[in-house]
Amino acid sequence: MAKVETAILDKAGITRAITRISHEILEYNKGCENLALIGIRTGGDHLASLLQASINKIEGVEVSLGTVDITMYRDDLAVRGNLPIGKTEIPFPLDGKRVVLVDDVLYTGRTIRSAMDALMDFGRPSTIQLAVLIDRGHRELPIRADYVGRNVPTAREEDIKVVFNDKQKPVEVLLVKP
Amino acid sequence: MSFKHKHILGIEQLAKEDIQLILDTGDAFKEINSRDIKKVPTLRGKTIINAFFEASTRTRLSFEIAGKRLSADTVNISGSTSSVVKGETLEDTARNIEAMAPDIIVIRHAHSGSSHYLAERVGCSIVNAGDGAHEHPSQALLDLMTIREHKGSIEGLEVAIVGDIAHSRVVRSNIYALSKMGARVRLCGPGTMLPIGIERLGNVEVFTDMHDAIKDVDVVMMLRIQMERQSNIMLPSLREYARFYGLNPINVQLAKPDAIVMHPGPMNRGVEISSVVADGVQNVILDQVENGVAVRMALLYLVSGVESMQT
Repeated sequence: MAKVETAILDKAGITRAITRISHEILEYNKGCENLALIGIRTGGDHLASLLQASINKIEGVEVSLGTVDITMYRDDLAVRGNLPIGKTEIPFPLDGKRVVLVDDVLYTGRTIRSAMDALMDFGRPSTIQLAVLIDRGHRELPIRADYVGRNVPTAREEDIKVVFNDKQKPVEVLLVKP
Repeated sequence: MSFKHKHILGIEQLAKEDIQLILDTGDAFKEINSRDIKKVPTLRGKTIINAFFEASTRTRLSFEIAGKRLSADTVNISGSTSSVVKGETLEDTARNIEAMAPDIIVIRHAHSGSSHYLAERVGCSIVNAGDGAHEHPSQALLDLMTIREHKGSIEGLEVAIVGDIAHSRVVRSNIYALSKMGARVRLCGPGTMLPIGIERLGNVEVFTDMHDAIKDVDVVMMLRIQMERQSNIMLPSLREYARFYGLNPINVQLAKPDAIVMHPGPMNRGVEISSVVADGVQNVILDQVENGVAVRMALLYLVSGVESMQT
């Protein structure tokens, strides 16, 4: 049976969401002092890069950017087996930094829990905040996003796909019904 | 793609895609070894037994550190202090270890085929850390990782391996590994140390003259003269060996100017390799050791993933 894919956010909508989130991050953190963006592979890393560019456009400052791969910290390796591992690159010390974790879709919250564990192995950030493009509900852990592009209530059988082109730019967000 | 090998018994059984996956995974794990907190929870709760029935510094330490950095419970036993000295057979030793529910047994043993022997008889994963003169897969993989790091890719490279080819498990694993990745291998040693037919194992050419062997190569790999594995009648004297087959500051210039010098360790300084070259700018010997931990972390991770999918 073919899956039905509907676009729920187009390129322009994604860009506006990123611009708004950038402003919200700067507003809440009162500027970009000690700010660091860390994108969660895969998907969050590209969005973090866009946020960095957007913040640079607004404040004229290039904030620190890092990438974290959470495969090694997953809580389901016992059943998932050996998933491919990507590289984690955090080229700056985390101690005292105001970290904004960036991911494309927030769902159960387990990825964010893993990402926080990974960050703690690198240092002691002064705060960790969370920015996501889509929040699709169904949290299984007490995790919440500070900055949300769009809230999209979904059923568990459905899926949300953020589509990137070969230049790592988001093209659209699809809701996939089985 | 996912890794489907429950055991790592040799490079012979691995496909090119498996090797690439191991190297890429090793790259990701290498990053952990430069952190302040060198630990990830990936293999938490898994038990790894390192059963080393032959002497080892690098390989044993490397596997132990690899397991510990993945948060596994890593335990070492060595042959000389085990009941093997009381005459317990390898099979009994393995079955007894298996009764304590390890997830992985890493074994180094003096007999070729010992890791295959174990894999047929116990239920957990077996990782071969060197079986007799047969294979030493983790060494070849860390060698590949080091070559890839310094040369960008392995395809099309000319790699010379010089030394006691007949008794070297490192050579056999490297022949398989380098051939599968598209490199050409030149083996060189005195006639007494070159097994007949070795070129059948892969993309191999055999030389007895070292000057021909290392001319214009991209990689020179020197092997140790294995005093514990063969009698001295294979060599007139160590000094004569060093003169004809040792790597020194003069003959190393026959290789390409940007060639890298490798050695699996431990080195006999002044025999197969002069101290000047061993400590010189072209050597990547300590990179090999560093990559060894990363590659072994990758092997333990990939093998334990296969295991859990089968339970």
